[in-house]
Amino acid sequence: MGDAIVITSGKGGVGKTTTTANIGTALALSGKKVCLVDTDIGLRNLDVVMGLENRIIYDLVDVAEERCRLHQALIKDKRFEALYMLPAAQTKDKSAVQPAQMKKIIDELKQDYDYVLIDCPAGIEQGFKNAIAGADKSVVVTTPETSAVRDADRIIGLLEKEENIEAPKLVVNRIRNHMMESGEMLDVDEIVSILAIDLLGIVGDDDTVITASNKGEPIALDPSSKASIAYRNIARRILGESVPLLSLQEEKGVFNKVKKFFGIRS
Amino acid sequence: MSMVQKQTQHFVTIKGTKDGLNLILDDSCAFRDVINELDEKLSARHIQQTEGHTITVTLKIGNRYLTEKQEKELRAMIQSKQNLEIDRIDSNVISRDEAEEERKRSTITSVARTVRSGQVLEVDGDLLLIGDVNPGGTVKAFGNIFVMGTLRGIAHAGAYGDIEAVITAAVMKPSQLKIADLISRPPDQVSASIHEAECAFVKDGQSEISVDRVQILTKVRPNLTRL
Repeated sequence: MGDAIVITSGKGGVGKTTTTANIGTALALSGKKVCLVDTDIGLRNLDVVMGLENRIIYDLVDVAEERCRLHQALIKDKRFEALYMLPAAQTKDKSAVQPAQMKKIIDELKQDYDYVLIDCPAGIEQGFKNAIAGADKSVVVTTPETSAVRDADRIIGLLEKEENIEAPKLVVNRIRNHMMESGEMLDVDEIVSILAIDLLGIVGDDDTVITASNKGEPIALDPSSKASIAYRNIARRILGESVPLLSLQEEKGVFNKVKKFFGIRS
Repeated sequence: MSMVQKQTQHFVTIKGTKDGLNLILDDSCAFRDVINELDEKLSARHIQQTEGHTITVTLKIGNRYLTEKQEKELRAMIQSKQNLEIDRIDSNVISRDEAEEERKRSTITSVARTVRSGQVLEVDGDLLLIGDVNPGGTVKAFGNIFVMGTLRGIAHAGAYGDIEAVITAAVMKPSQLKIADLISRPPDQVSASIHEAECAFVKDGQSEISVDRVQILTKVRPNLTRL
């Protein structure tokens, strides 16, 4: 029986879908059976980022309403045998699915896959409730912006109330080195101290992420990119390895503090 | 007058003091008897005579519990008399509900968690929060609020009007502070951060919230000590 991990953020545009696609790809690279589930009904994106848009025949709503069987709706990845995705419907809205139906689908997927990654829509309404319904664990994605951190805090509060979900872990995305060093951006230390949850990983702001997304090739496939290594490291941490954080900045303080979170002594 | 003479027992004793009248009411007879006798006695001419200035009245009702309705009736009756004004009603007894309310107000509730954006933590007495209040989070207490971590959100002490209530935080960076019905907001320019515990309180006679070192509370709020 696998783990279902919901990837959420509250605020839109911080990189939930990119994170889902890349962690999923990185887990598949490590030989795990992975299924990605897009719960952003009406505004689906995960299929585009994965480059699987034109293979969709059935979607999440079809499965929930039992118009097809679950395995019929699953799309196999172009690159990996063990990577699948369940796309969201584009013609309906969030209310087309109920949390109980979601939980049933996720429970069924957990039987066959090592990891089920659930891409959550922005917001805290029905779509969020659907996305977390079947989850055992959660990852909160934020960027070093006050507004994103505020929303992440709200989401963490809601996740902490869910008894079936483990304490959320944090991914800080789109870090811009020079701005953090000059103090124009919140630094990772500050974000972690406000949100008070464990840090799962940090990902730098990298142009290649956008290019890769547009081509439908998750950046995690490209070992020459720093963002790719960051996502692969996040995947390894999910697998239980203790991997030190990539030093995005030369500043020692941040690096050491971050190491402390994983119990690594230098 | 004739009725009073008929009575063998007196349910109402009136004593004059320099602060006004003390009305001592018997606590074992029927409420109706007290009311009737009090009405008679207060209508007596020598009390009504003092024209012009108001006499304050203190009611001592011993072990009698007055229902809301009875208290209202008693007050109405006394106020209907000329020149009389009720200062207070002293009773030895309170109801269970009132006692419970009293207990809640005087206890300190300790909570160990982070109050996050969108969350409201509300207690009846004093609040001891072991953790942070994040921006967008709110803590609210009937009494004082003590935050052991960083206060970045909103804190409302003395939420039901207690202007004496205080707010303390190990790190005071609130988005808003409220004490009773006063509100204050830190200046938009962020000053250099002070790394010591601070407190917020309302100085005597002022109508704004002051923030100072927490040590000052020993002087301005000595009654915080409950040893």
